[in-house]
Amino acid sequence: MIVILHPGIYCSIQDQGRFGHTKMGVPQAGYADTYAAKMANALLKNYDKDALIEITFGQGKFKFTSDTYICLTGADFSPKLNGKLIKMQSVYPIKKDSVLSFGKRVYGARVYLSVQGGIQTEKVYGSRSYFEGITQQKFDKGAILPILPIQKDSDNSFSRVRVSEKHFTTMYLPCFKGPEFSKLNKEQQRKLFIPFSISDDNNRVGYRLKESLENNLSSILTSAVLPGTVQLTPSGKCIILMQDCQVTGGYPRILQLSEIAIARVSQKITGDKIQFVLEDHL
Amino acid sequence: MRFQLTYKLFGRSAILVEWPADISQEIIQDIISFEGQVKEIDAILDTIIAYNSLLIRYQNPIVDKELTISQLKNKYTASSYVIKQNQFLWEIPVCYDASFGIDLEEIANKKKCSVTDIIRLHTETDYIVYFIGFQPGFLYMGGLHQNLHVPRKSNPRVRVDKGSVGIGGAQTGVYPQNSSGGWNIIGKSPLNFFNIKATNPCFAKSGDRIQFVAVDIHTFYQIEREVINQEFIIKKRLL
Repeated sequence: MIVILHPGIYCSIQDQGRFGHTKMGVPQAGYADTYAAKMANALLKNYDKDALIEITFGQGKFKFTSDTYICLTGADFSPKLNGKLIKMQSVYPIKKDSVLSFGKRVYGARVYLSVQGGIQTEKVYGSRSYFEGITQQKFDKGAILPILPIQKDSDNSFSRVRVSEKHFTTMYLPCFKGPEFSKLNKEQQRKLFIPFSISDDNNRVGYRLKESLENNLSSILTSAVLPGTVQLTPSGKCIILMQDCQVTGGYPRILQLSEIAIARVSQKITGDKIQFVLEDHL
Repeated sequence: MRFQLTYKLFGRSAILVEWPADISQEIIQDIISFEGQVKEIDAILDTIIAYNSLLIRYQNPIVDKELTISQLKNKYTASSYVIKQNQFLWEIPVCYDASFGIDLEEIANKKKCSVTDIIRLHTETDYIVYFIGFQPGFLYMGGLHQNLHVPRKSNPRVRVDKGSVGIGGAQTGVYPQNSSGGWNIIGKSPLNFFNIKATNPCFAKSGDRIQFVAVDIHTFYQIEREVINQEFIIKKRLL
């Protein structure tokens, strides 16, 4: 089991998310950085859909009360095992009573901690992803997260990969035209593709951008939105919706981010620059 | 009834189907029936219904846009087989006591009518459920009497109680969870609109109808107890 000694700023259990229940208004949720999360599972020979801990801004402290293997991906917050610096994207065998903590930020915003076999909290509608009112698991100090008994497998210990730092540093976000893109005039369309910066209002529901676009569009009849939908609000500010967003919304949907672009956004912090880049549709 | 639809790619793996931009019962019934046909396609991950649109999410990125859209068009025009779902009218008890209906007095003043008139107008018609969004179990309903249309509050409340019945513009609805909210609160229902522990967490679905029934505060607390003890059965009628 894992005991949360300190939850840091925010941490939660995430897997691929919940599908097939949007008709009851249940959001998708799920890991924000698909690229990093899948890598953390793959290095441990877990399934893609296995649940891991998403730690926003490091600073959490976790104690293992049984033996297991772990792997950390995503943001680098100088992780330490029993006080000793360990590497990202590397598998480590864990002895009972080991403590994982974090230090200074090197890059990124969200760290993924995978354990062998995945975190075993209760599944609700086919997913363990935390969402208030859907899942019961808390992430307070002292909370206990169940894991599976260790499966000895000498093959994977110390296996590691290198990741491109570009994933964390690039400002480019490949995206597609949204359903209301064509309602923007030429000038608005041009301004949409110059750099924006991330405001301090950013979380798993959405990232608000600082700069404004001139907005003369009327709102739309409430319609479907998805993680990665870019909405243009009446004030002219854009919001990039993230994994915990509602299932419907009434603001014009001007862009739709690709999956890799959502993953990149999830590693951005306040003040970071981004730039939308249109991908050719099929 | 069949409509002129538009089909747009939405990201790499979803198609947004749009009906004419109106809020109407004919349109929502047509969307529900089309959704019933579409969801039988194996490759589909999820669907999202709204007033005049249906988002169809596929499990994998769409490789051939034209082919995928033409498959959907064929499904839509093959109207010979239309899935008829059972639709219900649900009777929802609401207590319009002033302790719950904290904005009743203000609305009555604005509309130059009595609180009793507001309650009568709110309970004398039934409302169609267009879709569920905003929060798990939040029903988007249509059919609010014009005299009850009240703009949202300019300063949303930080906390609105679970079960609060509100009016926001031309819409009425019930908050399924404690949350912040900008709607004018006229009463409170003791029912759960989203109960994670139930086999069917949200009793209503798109196309169902809701009838609000006024109850006094004594009855409210009695029903609330029955709901907690899982003894309360919501009255419903097949449409």
